[in-house]
Amino acid sequence: MTIFNTALSKPWIWSWLAALATFVLTVLFTGGASTFSLGQATLTFAAFSVIVGLGQMLVITLGPGNVDLSVPATITLSGTLALKFMNTDASLILPGLLVAIGIGLGVGIANYGLIKLLRIPPIIATLSMSFLVQSLAIWSNRGLRIKPPDELSAFTTGMTLGIPNIAVVGLTLSVAIWWLLDRSIYGRWISAIGQSPFAARMAGIPVDGTRFLTYVICAVLAALCGYLLACFSGGAALNMGAEYLLMSIAVVVIGGSAVAGGNSNVPGIWGASLFMFLVVSMLNTYGFGAGIRLMLTGLIIIAVIIAASRRVSAR
Amino acid sequence: MTTPVVAVRGASVTFGAVRALSGVDLEISAGEAVGLVGHNGAGKSTIVNVINGGLTPHEGSVSYGGMASGMTGVSAARAGGVRCVFQELSLCSNLSIVENARLMHAGLTGFGWRKRALALIETKLSEVFPGNRVDCSATVGTLSIAERQMVEIALNFLDVSGPPKLVILDEPTSSLDSALAEQMLAHVRKFVSGGGSVLLISHILGEILSTSTRIVVMKDGGVVAARPVSEFTGKSLVEAMGSVVREKTRTGVRTVLDTSPTVIDIPATPRTGLGLKARKGEVIGLAGLGGHGQTAMLLALFRERSSNWLPHRPDEIAFVAGDRALNGTFPLWSILRNLSVGNLGALSKRFSVHAANEDAVGAEWKQKTAIRTPDMHLPILSLSGGNQQKVLFARALSTPARIVLMDDPMRGVDIGTKQDVYSIIRAEAEAGRTFIWYSTEMDEICLCDRVYVFRDGAIVAELSGDEVSEHNVLAASFSGEAA
Amino acid sequence: MKIKISADHIRLLIPLVSLAVLLVAVFWLQPRAMSYLGLNLLFNLAVPIALATIAQMLVIAVNDLDLSIGTFVSFAACVTAVYMPSTPLLGIFILAVAIAAYAFMGMIIHLRDLPSIVVTLGMSFVWGGLAVLILPSPGGQAPVWLRSMMTAQTPIIPFAIVASLVIGIVAHLIVMKSTLGVAIRGVGGNARSVSRAGWSVLRIKVAAYALSGFFSVLAGMALVGLTTSADANIALRYTLLSIAGVILGGGEFVGGRVSPIGAVVGALTLTLAGSFLSFLRISPDWQIGAQGAVLIVVLGLRLIFSRREA
Repeated sequence: MTIFNTALSKPWIWSWLAALATFVLTVLFTGGASTFSLGQATLTFAAFSVIVGLGQMLVITLGPGNVDLSVPATITLSGTLALKFMNTDASLILPGLLVAIGIGLGVGIANYGLIKLLRIPPIIATLSMSFLVQSLAIWSNRGLRIKPPDELSAFTTGMTLGIPNIAVVGLTLSVAIWWLLDRSIYGRWISAIGQSPFAARMAGIPVDGTRFLTYVICAVLAALCGYLLACFSGGAALNMGAEYLLMSIAVVVIGGSAVAGGNSNVPGIWGASLFMFLVVSMLNTYGFGAGIRLMLTGLIIIAVIIAASRRVSAR
Repeated sequence: MTTPVVAVRGASVTFGAVRALSGVDLEISAGEAVGLVGHNGAGKSTIVNVINGGLTPHEGSVSYGGMASGMTGVSAARAGGVRCVFQELSLCSNLSIVENARLMHAGLTGFGWRKRALALIETKLSEVFPGNRVDCSATVGTLSIAERQMVEIALNFLDVSGPPKLVILDEPTSSLDSALAEQMLAHVRKFVSGGGSVLLISHILGEILSTSTRIVVMKDGGVVAARPVSEFTGKSLVEAMGSVVREKTRTGVRTVLDTSPTVIDIPATPRTGLGLKARKGEVIGLAGLGGHGQTAMLLALFRERSSNWLPHRPDEIAFVAGDRALNGTFPLWSILRNLSVGNLGALSKRFSVHAANEDAVGAEWKQKTAIRTPDMHLPILSLSGGNQQKVLFARALSTPARIVLMDDPMRGVDIGTKQDVYSIIRAEAEAGRTFIWYSTEMDEICLCDRVYVFRDGAIVAELSGDEVSEHNVLAASFSGEAA
Repeated sequence: MKIKISADHIRLLIPLVSLAVLLVAVFWLQPRAMSYLGLNLLFNLAVPIALATIAQMLVIAVNDLDLSIGTFVSFAACVTAVYMPSTPLLGIFILAVAIAAYAFMGMIIHLRDLPSIVVTLGMSFVWGGLAVLILPSPGGQAPVWLRSMMTAQTPIIPFAIVASLVIGIVAHLIVMKSTLGVAIRGVGGNARSVSRAGWSVLRIKVAAYALSGFFSVLAGMALVGLTTSADANIALRYTLLSIAGVILGGGEFVGGRVSPIGAVVGALTLTLAGSFLSFLRISPDWQIGAQGAVLIVVLGLRLIFSRREA
C-alpha cells in the first residue's frame, strides 16, 4: 500500500499509466496481432523524442522564460552536415558523430552568447539562432539526399536482443542525464536556479556558468538526435526537425516536470514520449485521422498543465 | 465638531506570530496634517495600508467621512477621498504620465480625456512644484526618479471628480532634493490650510516638525505619543521613538584588537559616505531605517567576491538572506538540500553529491542550530519561519567562509530562535569569522562590536564601543532638526 | 519646442531605418522594383504577417506569449476557404466562436496563473487538429469579395502598403489611444498598481486575448484572399515570425512596452529581408537566415543605443 502511495506521488507516474492504458487499448483492438512490432516501433520513435526532450527538460528546469526554440533547426543541420561529411563512407562514422556534436556545441555556445551579449530573453535568442541555423541547413542540404553509411543505417534500424538500438542509445543517455539531474552538483544547481535565480546566486552558485552549460547540453542532444534520425530515415530532410519543437516541450510538460522550473524528472520524459507515440498509433488503429489526433494531443497538454496547477495551489 | 475624514478604531493586525498593529486608534480631521514617525517595525506601513483599504484589520474598524462603516477596501477608501503616494514608486513606467492619470482616476473619461488630463496635470504640477521642467507628455520610464516622484505626488493631488480629502504621503521626499522637498511641503501646508488633510511619513524630522499640525509617534505596533506639534522638538521626538524604560547596558562587548587583519576595506567616497572597514572576528552592524542602502551594500560585497561563471570558492564569503520567500529558501526542496546547497563541493566525490556526507552535515547542523523537525528530508516549507531562518544560517555557517553577510535575517523570528542564533554568531566570531550584519532591530544592533549607520544610501555615522546605543543610532538615522 | 529623442523613439527608429536601408538596397539592385507592381510584389505577403504580428503584440503587451498564432491563423484560413464562399454565415459563426475560445483561454491563463507558453502550445495542437478536420487536403477557395479586396488596385500606392498603413493606424488607435489599450499596457507594466486603482485585471486580459484572436482571424482571411486556397499548414511559420516582428518593431517581452506601428514595420522588414536576397540573386535558401540576421542586428543596435542613453 505504501509502495502504491509512493508511486502515485511521483509526478511521472501519470504519463506511464497513460502510456500503458493507450498500449492496452491499441492491443485490444488489434487482438494482440502486432503487439511486438508495435512495442518496437514505439520504443524507437519514443527514443528520438526522449533524446531531444532530455535537453529541453534541462533548459526548462532553469525556470520561467527558459526554452530552446532552436532544437528543430539544430536537428536538421546536424543530420544534414553529418551525412554530407560521412558521404556514405563507413570509416567516417565516428568523425561524423564528432561533427554532429561539434554542431551542437557551436549552436549551444552561440545561443547563450546571444542571450548574454544582447541581453535578450532566451526565447528570442534561440529563435533568431534557429533562423540562422535552419538557413544554413537549407543551404547545405540543396535537395541532395545523401544516404548514411550502410553500417550506421543498419545500426540505427537494428535491434539488440529484441530492443531497438535507438532505444538503447536513448536509455543510455537518459541514465546519464538522470545522474546529472539527480546525483550531481550540476543537477542541484539547475534546480536551485529554476526555483530562484537570485537566491541561487546568493547561495554561491555560478548562475551564468550553469546556464551556459545547460544550453550547450541541450543543443548537443538535439544534434545527436539529428545524427541518429537522419541515419535512421535513410537521409536528412529539411523538415526532419520540425515536429520536435512542440514535441520536445510537450514531453517535458506531460512527463510531470514543473513548467515553472526547478523540478524535473527523467522517467516522465520516457512515459510522455511513449504515450505521445502510442496515442498516434492508437488513433490510427481506430481509424481516426490526424485532426482528432492533434486535437487530443493539445487537450491532453492543457489538461495536464491545469491538473499540475491545482496540485500546487493545494499545497 | 465635524466627522473625521478617516477614523481608525482599535485596529489590530497580525502577520503570523508578529503583531504588526495592536489596538491603534487614529482619527484625522479635515484641515489637519498628521506627522507619523517611528523606527523600523513600529507599524507605520501597516497603518497606512489599513487606511488606504489595502489591508483589512483583523480587529477594530476603519471608517471614512460620513460613510457607513460597513464599507471597506480600496474602493471605499477611494470613495472616501483617500489617496496614497506609496513609498515604492507605483506608476506604470511603460505608460505616459497622462495614461497613468487615466488609470488612477476613473473620472477621466469621454472624448478628449487626454487633453483634459494633460491640462490638469500641468496645472497641478506647476502648482506643487513651481518652475518644474517635467514634460507632461512624456513616458514615465524616461523620467528621472525625482521626476517620477514629483509626478506621482501631483497625480494624487489631482482634482478630477472632487478634490482629494486625505492624501497619505509615505516618504514623499526620499528622491527629491531639498528645494523640491520644500516646494512640496509648502503645497501640503497650503492644501491643509484649505481644509484638506494629510498623513505624512518621513525620516527627516525637520519636515515633520515644519509641516505637521499634530505628530503621532508609533512604536512596536502601537501609538506611544500623539500631541500637537508645538509640544515636540527634534530631540524629544527621537526620545519618544526610543524605549524610555530600558536604556540597556551592553553586555559582552568585545574590542577586537587593532592588530587583527582587515578583511574588508571600502574607502570613503562622497556618494557612499564614510568608508567601511571590518577586521577578522568582528561583528559589524549596519543600522538605519530600512531601505537606505544597507542591502545594496551587502549585495555589492557578495558580488565582488564571488563568480557568476565559475564554481564559487566557499571559503571566501557567504550570505544569509532576510526575505526568505524572495531570496532565501528554495521552496521545492527538502530542509537538507536547502542547508547543503551552499557547500556542495565539499560533500561531493567526482561531482556527485555524496548522500552520506550530506546526511552527516545535516545532522550536525540540525543539532547545532536546534532545527525543530523530525526529519531533515521533509520539505523546507514544513518548517516555521524561524526554523527556516535557522536553516539559512546553517547554510552559511556550514561553509568555511571567512565573511558572513546577513541581510536583516531575524525579521519575524521568535525570541527563542533569536537567542540561539545570537550565541552561535558570538561563538563563530570568537573563532575568527567576520560578520556584517544589517538589522532593523535595535537589540541586534546593540549586540555588534561596531556599527555603521546608513541614511539615503550613504554611511553617515560610525559607532563603536559604548557609542553604540539606541539613542545614537536613532539620532543618526533621522536627519537632524535643521531644514 | 524641444525635441527630446527618448529610448522609445530610438526603439521605433531602428526598425524604420533598417526597413529604409533594405528598401534602398533593393531599389539599387533592381530599379524596376521601384514601381507600383514591384512594390506590390515585394510587400504582398506582408499584410497577413502584419495582422498576425499585431495579434501577437496584444498578447505580449500583457506579458504573455502566444505559440498558437501560426496554427490559429491556418485554422482561420481553412474556415474562410471552406465555408465563406458558400455558407458565409456559418463561417462567420465559427470564427466568432474561435475568438470567444481565445478570450476564454486568456481567462483560464489568468485565473489559474498558468504559463501562457504551455497553454498556447497545447492550443496550437487543437487549432491544428481542427484545421485538418475542416480541410484534410489543401484546397478550398477564396470568397470573391475577399479575393477582389486583396488584389485591389488602389491608386498610386499599391494595396499592400495602403493595407499595412491602415492596419498600423487602427492598431495604434486601439492599443495606444483607447482607454482599453492604456489598461492593457498598464497590466503589462505594473498589474499591481492597475488593480490598486480599482480595475479588473482579468477583464483587461480577456479583452487583450479576444482582440488578439480577432486580428489572427483577419490574418487568416487576408492570407486566403492572397493565395486563393488554404491548407492546414499554411501559416505555421507565423508563430515565430510574429514574435520576431514584435521584437523587431521595438516591443519587449515584459513590461507592456509595445508599438503597433513598430510591429507593422517589423513585419514589413521581415518580409523584405526575404525578397532582398532574391534580388541579390542569393538563393532563397538564406531567406529565413536573413530574417534571423536582421533580428540579431536590430537587437544589437538597440542595445548599443540604450547603453549610450544610460
